[in-house]
Amino acid sequence: MLDRISGLRTVETGSTEAEPTLSVRRLSKSFTNGPCVLSGVDIAIRPGESVALIGANGTGKSTFVRCLLRLIEPNDGDIRMFGLDVRALTSRSLRHLRSRVGFVFQRHNLVLRLSALSNVIHGAQARMSSPGSWYQALAPSRVRDEAMTCLERVSLDGKACARADSLSGGQSQRVAIARMLMQRPEFVIADEPDASLDPRAGEEIMRLLHETARERGLGLLFISHDLEHAIRFSDRIVGLAAGQVALDVRSNNANPTELRKFFAEERP
Amino acid sequence: MLVTSPGHSTKAHQRAIFDRQCAELRQRRRLHTAFGLLLFVALCIGSAVIGKFSPIALIEGAPKLGEYVQRTLPALHWSSLGADLAYWFYGLRKWLDLLLETVLMAYLATLLGSLGALLVCFYGSRNLALNGWSYHLARRASEFFRTIPDLVFALIFVFAFGLGPLAGILAIALHSLGANGKLFAEANENIDMKPVEGLRALGSGWVQTMRFGVMPQVMPNYASYVLWRFEINVRTAAVMGFVGAGGIGMELITAVRSLYYEDISAILILIVVTVGLIDIGCERLRHALIGRETLE
Ligand SMILES: Nc1ncnc2c1ncn2[C@@H]1O[C@H](COP(=O)(O)OP(=O)(O)OP(=O)(O)O)[C@@H](O)[C@H]1O
Ligand SMILES: [Mg+2]
Repeated sequence: MLDRISGLRTVETGSTEAEPTLSVRRLSKSFTNGPCVLSGVDIAIRPGESVALIGANGTGKSTFVRCLLRLIEPNDGDIRMFGLDVRALTSRSLRHLRSRVGFVFQRHNLVLRLSALSNVIHGAQARMSSPGSWYQALAPSRVRDEAMTCLERVSLDGKACARADSLSGGQSQRVAIARMLMQRPEFVIADEPDASLDPRAGEEIMRLLHETARERGLGLLFISHDLEHAIRFSDRIVGLAAGQVALDVRSNNANPTELRKFFAEERP
Repeated sequence: MLVTSPGHSTKAHQRAIFDRQCAELRQRRRLHTAFGLLLFVALCIGSAVIGKFSPIALIEGAPKLGEYVQRTLPALHWSSLGADLAYWFYGLRKWLDLLLETVLMAYLATLLGSLGALLVCFYGSRNLALNGWSYHLARRASEFFRTIPDLVFALIFVFAFGLGPLAGILAIALHSLGANGKLFAEANENIDMKPVEGLRALGSGWVQTMRFGVMPQVMPNYASYVLWRFEINVRTAAVMGFVGAGGIGMELITAVRSLYYEDISAILILIVVTVGLIDIGCERLRHALIGRETLE
């Protein structure tokens, strides 16, 4: 498997002139008094590329994507995003970087007591620094218009005023995508956007995510436990096992039986 | 994939481990109950001895209690009820003014104290604090303001700012800051952290994260705590006058000291009615708030 990966690497570096949107080297993370979750992960994502990240439960996929935005501080390694050294950023420029990356969570992470539209408006928060952003009712009308447009894009404009906790799982995830669009992101990370959704809703969400990223030419890094989604909505599949990248293949010549190994339950 | 060497032995073994854990748990619980009971009895006896609690003194003293109450009550006659009442409540105008002052003192103190608590509480929540330093500072500060009795604060402020409601307001406000700072912080610690992480990932600053990730979740709790604190503060403000810190307490303590028995009962009735009305009002509001939708 190793020669296959290195073979791919040389092909890729040979064919690309543009600087990768994201490049990670030797990223490692271990939680205090816990085992080492990530031990030297290497990944590069070119502009506009869509990459699926797969791996068994608990291999550290969520930990990895959180480390990319330093929602969790990594222990060691290099993260470069948009040409910036992420680990060296001050808190102010880190906030700016985060605002440039759309992040869709495993479990949507909406503010439940607020309306769907308010949640979408949050996406513009890093752009609005005026005191007007302290009270949502004072959000300028062009911001509201933009938020409505984003909701319309995920065909949820009818639910704009519904409280987030009254929405179904699929609807919540669509609000999360609208919030992501509101950010006007330059890169999108999605942590199992299709988890806890029924097959049809899950596929719809994945398609929506893929389409919106395509429309704007954004790079996409998503985690999925659905093999079919991983193959269909990505250009490349990266498999994580034992804290390292154990597989890196183009989706169109991926071997399903090989991929399936990454979903096998580990046994104690 | 399949469990390879199962057999009865592992099953029986696992079962035995589980049974032993249950037995240990039961034994420990029995020990805890026995110890707790012993401690309870010891504390009862200890406090009775230290407090010089004696049933005989209680029985001997009880009639005097009734006597005192009787002495404070005026003689009312059906034939001249209006005049008698007017005589009893001769100071109604002045007392009502003082009661209003008392309630306003409580209102202002609750407002100031809760605003202070709002500033402190985010630093004092383990899950939101910027660092360990700010956490401990915020927690210890609110503990300090909470543990010092408000009458002590009032004495200090009377010394500094002179007699009058200002001292009382400041004293109650500080105590409210301490009490609400702790309650608010604990409400913050029970929130769902997912929206907070969501906002952080959007690039929101700390203030924005608190404002939009935390406050929508805890506002109903805050409001309920503030109303509850207001109820308590009205009662506290009523005795602030004992040390000259404003409100109706001054009038009450004067009546008690000068043995104006009928004034005592009249003022007490006014206080009880006011506090009762405010309690009922606040409770209604609190219940209404708990069930309300907060759409922004
Ligand atoms: N905050 C934390 N503190 C300690 N350990 C953690 C923490 N977060 C995650 N872990 C541990 O790190 C490991 C990886 O977790 P992570 O959530 O990244 O896995 P995952 O690949 O996303 O799994 P899943 O497919 O179930 O989402 C797990 O063993 C988990 O117990
Ligand atoms: Mg995960």
